[in-house]
Parts: sequence; structure tokens; C-alpha cells
Amino acid sequence: MNETVTQKLMLFFPKCECEKPIIYHLVKDYNLIVNVYRAKVTPEEEGYLVLDVTGTPADIEKGIAFVRTFNVTVNHTGKGVTRDEDRCTHCGQCVAHCPTKALHMPNKATREVLYNEAECIECLACIRVCPFGACASAF
Amino acid sequence: MKTYEQINQRIESGKAVVLTADEIMDYVDKKGLEAAAEEVDVVTTATFGPMCSSGCFLNFGHSKPKIRMTEAWIEDVLVYTGIAAVDVYLGATQLRHGDPANMYPPGEFRYGGGHVIEDLVAGATLQLFALSYGTDDYPRREIRTYFTIDDLNQAIMVNPRNCYQNYNVAVNDSDRTIYTYMGTLEPNRKNATYCSAGQLSPLLNDPYYETIGIGTKVWLAGAHGHVYAEGTQHTGACERTPDGVPTEGAGTLALTADMKQMKPEFVRGASLRGYGISLALGVGVPIPILNEQILKRTCVRDRDIFAPVIDYSGDYPQKTGKTIAKVNYEQLRRGEIEIDGKTIAVGSLSSYFKALEIANLLADEIRKGDFLLAQPMAMLPRDNAMKPLAIREKAS
Repeated sequence: MNETVTQKLMLFFPKCECEKPIIYHLVKDYNLIVNVYRAKVTPEEEGYLVLDVTGTPADIEKGIAFVRTFNVTVNHTGKGVTRDEDRCTHCGQCVAHCPTKALHMPNKATREVLYNEAECIECLACIRVCPFGACASAF
Repeated sequence: MKTYEQINQRIESGKAVVLTADEIMDYVDKKGLEAAAEEVDVVTTATFGPMCSSGCFLNFGHSKPKIRMTEAWIEDVLVYTGIAAVDVYLGATQLRHGDPANMYPPGEFRYGGGHVIEDLVAGATLQLFALSYGTDDYPRREIRTYFTIDDLNQAIMVNPRNCYQNYNVAVNDSDRTIYTYMGTLEPNRKNATYCSAGQLSPLLNDPYYETIGIGTKVWLAGAHGHVYAEGTQHTGACERTPDGVPTEGAGTLALTADMKQMKPEFVRGASLRGYGISLALGVGVPIPILNEQILKRTCVRDRDIFAPVIDYSGDYPQKTGKTIAKVNYEQLRRGEIEIDGKTIAVGSLSSYFKALEIANLLADEIRKGDFLLAQPMAMLPRDNAMKPLAIREKAS
């Protein structure tokens, strides 16, 4: 159980929970390594936080339980950036702008653009450069 | 040696041997040029990419009472009405009314003419709003109605410029991000964009326009259309490799086809950040293998096709004519090129994936006898140059 895993989480904050140092406690009390991709946490507004947490499965579970005590919605399966397969024309414009190669062209014969969501760090470059509006952000 | 008639007879009898421009090189390497020229009837070529010079003529039929439209909008996108009463021309790059364009740069250009064309082909219900000054025979002054492509009498696409034979590779040598029709270009030559199907592209497989001419039947977004003229900015007299392959823009085709027969997956509105709207289209062009030379030219490979790398922050807008380097499509398709010791990430605006799909769809139609070839009634010019626009102080 001591092996660490990384899990992507999306946290949705209601207006009232913005001022609490939740991430601090995840690090300090639950030994989690956090990597924040995107955050919008503004007083008097609803907010969100998209992050990777790395730690033992037990610590992650306890950390999530802790977060939930703050009336924060935790989404394990949500995708921050999605690609609409029907809108994508596989031109490859995004590939040169994707810093992690989450959008890539592994098959050099067909030149199909594939999207590996696990590699996405939600920089949103693909959304800005796609001429066909194939990529979209959850927020 | 074969004739168009002989090839069409073989197509009609379901016996035509058809390969795509992606397959033909290996086939010829294996069989030998002479034997392959004897055997192969048609090589299919294709491309899918933004073609800004696109549009369509629409005829709405007459309302009761009638209107002679003098200003009109479809989904708030202005259409040209300086033609007959209920004919309009919708251009791909037209912005939607009220689009802030680049007022707060870079503009997003989310919806415009290209998207209206896409929606039309996809069968969407669209709003027409038109005004008129009213005449004795056309008294109506205003009309607002909703329609689909099925309600129109005609919806005829015209692409005054399509299938650019070759194209630039765009980079940005300045220290700020620039937004162009070649996409977003990061500063200091961080990325490059090309836009060609390379070895699959129609005019790169017929570099001297020996089979593709005015009257050639083409596959335009799934509809059967044809080449109606040389494309705008067609420049037959261009720089070429010893094999005749242009190393710059060169030839273009003007295409037309019935939009009611088109497939929506090959008609896509495009939003180019900071630049504007365009329309991406799929085109397939069959090349009849009339002789060995024509077959040999369809065997062109990405490594034989060179494109000029041009700085879109300075040399392109200022028209200096300067080229940074020439790179071939094999290099470009690796996703990285190296110039002056610097590695540059490469992206494309032209979809090889879609082009391959189109070349195969067209090949299947020909094999099934559903697509016959047409002999050109006139050839494209091979020796014309492109003129610049002179700025004159006064009329001379």
C-alpha cells in the first residue's frame, strides 16, 4: 500500500469555501504531492481547481474525504479538455502547439491525430489554435 | 498509351485499375514503369484544407409578393446581392454582422461565411433576412424567413482558387506571437505551419497540367464537379525542380459543384484566430494514366517536393520575396525541422488523414463505375507569371 499513484481531481468550490487553505492541508496532513493545472479561486465567486495528487491510495482517499468535509465537489473522472472527434479534421495544427504531446500523430502513414487525455496539462493551447473548434474546456 | 475513351470504357465495365497517389510509388517500384503504365488506368489525388477563396451562389425562389433583394444576410452573415432578384453570393471569409474582428486582438472569429456554408451542407435550418427598395414588379421591401438547402432551387459552390499546387511554410522571426491565415506563429521561429497534401496533392501529381485542365471532372466534398477555369493567382511560370515540381505556390484550380450533393464531413468552416474565417474543403482529382510520363509524375514523393520557409512577421507582409530555406514534405511531416541549428515544431493546416480518405473514396467510386473521367476542353496556362498590384499616384 506504500506505492504511490497519481490521480487527477477536479474540485468545485462553492462561494463560501474559497478562503480555506485546503491544498496546504493536502500536502501537510495527507503527504500528497500536488500539481495544479488550473485554478480559479476568487472570493465571492464559485471556483474550480484542477490538479494531480500523488501519494499512496490510502492517503489520497483520506485527502479526498477531507476535501469533501468543506462542501467542495470532487470529480475524479471529469475531463478538463475534451476533443470532439467529429469536429477534428486531423490537420495537425494542434500537434505543434501541444507541449506534452497529448495531441499526437503516432501513425505516420495515416497521420491521424490522437488525443491522450492522461498527458494533457490543460494549457488550452489546442483550443486557441484549432481552426475547427474541435477542442473544448470544461471551464 | 491509352485514351480517355479507353479508360472510361474500362471504368464503365468495372475493370479499371485505380490506385491512390499514396500507393502508386511503391506499385511502380515493384512492377516497373512500363508494365505499370500499361496496367494502371487512374491515380487518384486529393487534398483537404482551408480554401479562403470559396463561396456559393444560392437561388431562393420567389416569395408572394416578390422581392428584389438589395441587402441580405444569412444567419447575420452578409451575402452579395448585386445580381438577380433572389440570387445571392455567399463568401467563405465574410464575417458575421457585429463580429468585433480584431478590435480586441486576437479576434476569435467564431462564425462567418465558411460556417454558414458548412451548416447549409449539413442541412441546418438557417435564417434569411433581406431588404429592398421596392419596385413595381418586386414590391416587397423586407423579408425574414427560415430555410434549409432543400428549400433552395440551386446551391452551387464556386472556388475561384483551390488546390494550390504547393505552398509556403510559415514561421515568425519576430519577438511576439503573430496570428495569420497559417495559424498562430510563436515568436523566434518556435513553430512552423505548412499547408499541402504533398505527394497526394492534385497538381503536384500533374505538375505540367497535362491532364488537369478546364473541364476536368473532380470530386468536391463528395459531389461530382469540375474545373471551370484556371484558379485565381494561377502562376504556371514558377520555380521548379528538374522533375518539374514547383517549389513555390504555382498553379491553382477554379472548381464548382452542386452543394446539395456534398457530404458535410468534407465542408468545414474554419476560425483562424486573429485572422478571420475560412472554409476547409475536401477535393479529389483523378489523373488518367495516358502514358508512362504521366504515370512517372504521379510517383512524386514527399521527399521530392520542396516548399519555401517564409517569415510571416516581416518578409511575407512586406513582400520582400525573401525565402529563409527550402524544406521538403518528408522533413515537415516528421513534426520538426531544423534551420540554422534550431529545431522548429511543425504543424499543418492541411489534413493528410482526410486527403487519404478522399483519395480512397474517389478510387472506390471509379472502380465501381460511378465516376467517369472528363477530358479537358482547354489546358491551364504553363507560362503566365503573377503580377503585383502597383500603387499609382494618379490615373495615367
